[in-house]
Amino acid sequence: MTDRSTRLLLLASVFVIATCGLVYELVAGTLASYLLGDSVLQFSTVIGVYLSAMGVGSWLSGFVSRGEARLFVRVQFLVGVVGGSSSALLFVLFAHAASFRVLLYGLILVVGILVGLEIPLLLRILKDRLEFKDLVARVFTFDYIGALLASLLFPLVLVPHLGLVRSSFLFGILNVAVGLLTLRVLGDGGRWSASMRVVGLVLLALLGGGFAASGRILAWSEQSTFSDPVIFARSSPYQRIVLTRAAGDLRLHLNGNLQFSSRDEYRYHEALVHPGLARFPRAREVLVLGGGDGLAVREILRHDNVRHVVLVDLDPEMTRLFRSQELLVRLNGGSLDSPRVTVVNADAFSWIEGATNRFDFAVVDFPDPSNYSLGKLYTTAFYERLGRVLAPGAAFVVQSTSPLVARRAFWCVDETLRASGFVTEPYHVYVPSFGEWGYVLASREPVPFRFHLPPGLRFLDPETTAGLFRFPPDMDRVPTEPNRLNNQSLVRYFEEDWAKVATTP
Amino acid sequence: MNPRRRTFLKAGAVAVAGFGAFPFVPRTRARIAGGMAGPDAGLGHRFRDGGFPEPSATESTNVLVVGGGIAGLATGRELDRLGRRDWKLLELENELGGNASSGRNAVSEFPWGAHYVPLPGPEAPEVTTLFEELGVIVGRDPRGLPVYREEYLCHDPQERLFVDGRWQEGIVPHFGIGARERLRIEAFLARMGELRSARGNDGKPLFAVPADRSSRDPAWLALDREGFVSPELRWYVDYCCRDDFGAASDRVAAWAGLHYFAARRGSAANAPGHAVVTWPAGNGWIAGRLRGGAGERCVPRTAAFRVTETDGGAEVWAWHAGAARTVRHRARHVVLAVPQFVAARMLGPDGAAGGRASGVYSPWMVANVTLRSMPPGRGAPPAWDNVLRESRSLGYVMATHQSLDAVPRATVLTYYQPLDEGLPAESRRVASGRGWESWRDQILADLGPSHPGIADLVERIDVRVWGHGMICPVPGWLWDGRRGALAKPRGRVHFAHSDLGGMSLFEEACVQGVRAARDVVARWEGKIDA
Repeated sequence: MTDRSTRLLLLASVFVIATCGLVYELVAGTLASYLLGDSVLQFSTVIGVYLSAMGVGSWLSGFVSRGEARLFVRVQFLVGVVGGSSSALLFVLFAHAASFRVLLYGLILVVGILVGLEIPLLLRILKDRLEFKDLVARVFTFDYIGALLASLLFPLVLVPHLGLVRSSFLFGILNVAVGLLTLRVLGDGGRWSASMRVVGLVLLALLGGGFAASGRILAWSEQSTFSDPVIFARSSPYQRIVLTRAAGDLRLHLNGNLQFSSRDEYRYHEALVHPGLARFPRAREVLVLGGGDGLAVREILRHDNVRHVVLVDLDPEMTRLFRSQELLVRLNGGSLDSPRVTVVNADAFSWIEGATNRFDFAVVDFPDPSNYSLGKLYTTAFYERLGRVLAPGAAFVVQSTSPLVARRAFWCVDETLRASGFVTEPYHVYVPSFGEWGYVLASREPVPFRFHLPPGLRFLDPETTAGLFRFPPDMDRVPTEPNRLNNQSLVRYFEEDWAKVATTP
Repeated sequence: MNPRRRTFLKAGAVAVAGFGAFPFVPRTRARIAGGMAGPDAGLGHRFRDGGFPEPSATESTNVLVVGGGIAGLATGRELDRLGRRDWKLLELENELGGNASSGRNAVSEFPWGAHYVPLPGPEAPEVTTLFEELGVIVGRDPRGLPVYREEYLCHDPQERLFVDGRWQEGIVPHFGIGARERLRIEAFLARMGELRSARGNDGKPLFAVPADRSSRDPAWLALDREGFVSPELRWYVDYCCRDDFGAASDRVAAWAGLHYFAARRGSAANAPGHAVVTWPAGNGWIAGRLRGGAGERCVPRTAAFRVTETDGGAEVWAWHAGAARTVRHRARHVVLAVPQFVAARMLGPDGAAGGRASGVYSPWMVANVTLRSMPPGRGAPPAWDNVLRESRSLGYVMATHQSLDAVPRATVLTYYQPLDEGLPAESRRVASGRGWESWRDQILADLGPSHPGIADLVERIDVRVWGHGMICPVPGWLWDGRRGALAKPRGRVHFAHSDLGGMSLFEEACVQGVRAARDVVARWEGKIDA
């Protein structure tokens, strides 16, 4: 090989490693803001740590007195492996690691230091082949152009078409390939070169495997289930709890079903609580079934007349999470720790059977009736039991899925409540992340149509509230069978109705 | 757990198993606990072979009931209702209930035998009354239809069938069969619907529960099989016959076969007529309620072995296993609420007269399989009754189906198998020689195709073999006049058992018990001459 072509190849590798280096930085920054939120802070700190780590790497290069070529090959391999698998590692470990930040910044440090070593080493390898002024000019030209390429490729091609995990693996492969190329150009053909070639090929195979298995890895980390990055995932004995976050939108998914989006949950929860509760200015005792996120409780506590709220949620993991996780506590206003609130972790059906309290209002906020077990919580048997823990003249509201998408399911809930001997007032609201959503207010006797709304609401005012009770023709009542334990008609309606639309909530 | 994650873990498990696949399966099985449960064979055999000592004590009561199944418990309850509270009941087993007995473990209660009752029709007012008193029927709607307590009605989904590698909803075959087969099945079911509402020349329904309240129209009693031909239909009819009688349709009387389909005329305000009531403990729930009402008057672990008529009453010698002594029970009336072949033995030399020992009883195996979690399966979700198309078993009933918990976790499957491959005596002999391991392996193998990997979820398997599980309505038993004669009292000794009704059904046992109690009281009051 001529000296000229060797030189060109080495300069080309400057270009490649510069691109790789910036891609790792962008991956780390993007992941950090995906997973931890607050992208300005995350990007700033990631860039800061990364650049200073590069500085450390450059400084460390001063301690290398010989064997620059060999070290350069090693560094390439290491960057390839660590950088290439970084986003897969971060995704997989995010939901499981106790202190994710330590892991994140540790990885950034390692990759930064290694990348910082690359350019000084290359400069020294090339120093005998080029004039100093040409050397500096060309190396930095390729370095900066590589950076430009990376910064354009990353948002326009890599993230939309390959995704973060696959992109990292791809650039890991490029790094290892540069190492192998260097070995070929500068290698001595001895045993060391031969064994390093084997190492490089094995690494290539591993990273290639990672690239091919990205889908699997993501599936395992559950990332692919959700369009937004997963920031928390845990299996309780009852359900899979997953929190996702993107651009300040925090979403809770239970068993893959969206429960709320922090952007518009106020619409859902204000509509769940106030159209009913605001008509009972003397309500003191309120029951919440389901709703372990504490968001309905937040709305209930706006009513000063309410003295005591009992929240019954099956899953202690849910209520623990919404009491302890800072982001979530900010969202529910710490409602679960209010002295006015008692949290009970129990199965709603059996808890009601043993309850001796009498409530003036109840909020029934169960997951949608998507299976026969959940369907039991929407039966005449359940509502009759619920009726026994209500004070005379009390009312309760039931979240009742979408009257637009699952029209029969919605009216089936209404029919079931009527069959259980209640007067019903169905109503609906538009929640952008859910679509058109429905509720049914049920009481033994008709309730006066006057709303004593608490201050501070973002969505409801008296006119809006009154308007919720009107149904346009495409959502209007359809005849249905009441849902009983022995027919589970609701689950069947729900399945059939939702099957007609491509996506589920 | 996320399904994808499970696949991932399973792939890992397969990889791990690759290193030690061979010892893997036996170890899984060895982990499964359990054993043979049920009848006190020692006491039972001693009863059969004799060898109890002479009485060393004497006790007196007005009415002595022998046998603590539904017939005996119903006798006691009816006596109470008629104001005759001075009675005692002797039962061989530790648990009462007979075919309606049940067990319980940390996961659930579960049945050891009968596990549901169809809504009683107009011919079984005794059962309706009982259900009203037990709170199974909670009221009446404006039309007068009974309102059943919703928790006790069998929850949906009720049935599914494993066929061609997947579960389908319902057990009438409809999936992957030809249009002609489907038409034949529909024709059969339509015909059964006609028979259900048809009446004989005496104005009574052709088929009723209890059977004795069916029409005696000779044209129908002589009924032979109509020409319904369809393999799928044959399977279904066989399944139903094995379910109710413990023998396939070729061994039961045509009348009994039709009775299964055409006798249910129940109705409810809040359920269709074909609905059933059921509990985690099966009919053990009813037995438990009846037992609770009987209190201390029930004496378990007591083998009555000799029944003789005396002046002004009857005498029963019974071995009390607890006290290890034989007691002479003197009573004004005795009700033998036991199967007729047992009654024949108690009555001594001429007990077998009139064909009392001639009934055919089907042997059964019932197993309760406790699982850590719901078994996975392809197709329709778990139902109450889960039937396997290609199996000698009847499949299983999920004991936790009636649970109201929102998230099902551990469960108990009650697995039923009529032992009808050979003649009953032969099957009984073979079954009694089989060890628990052999049943365990058979059950796991049978459930394997429909629930891949089920062995890993099984915590324990408890097996019970019923040597004489239920009376089999072989041709002749129902209408040759034998039953009617056997049900008549011999002096002060009365008889009450479902076999006298002709079929092993809860309603038959209940009606028999009520009838015997009313008989006893009528005789007592001198309304009927002895």
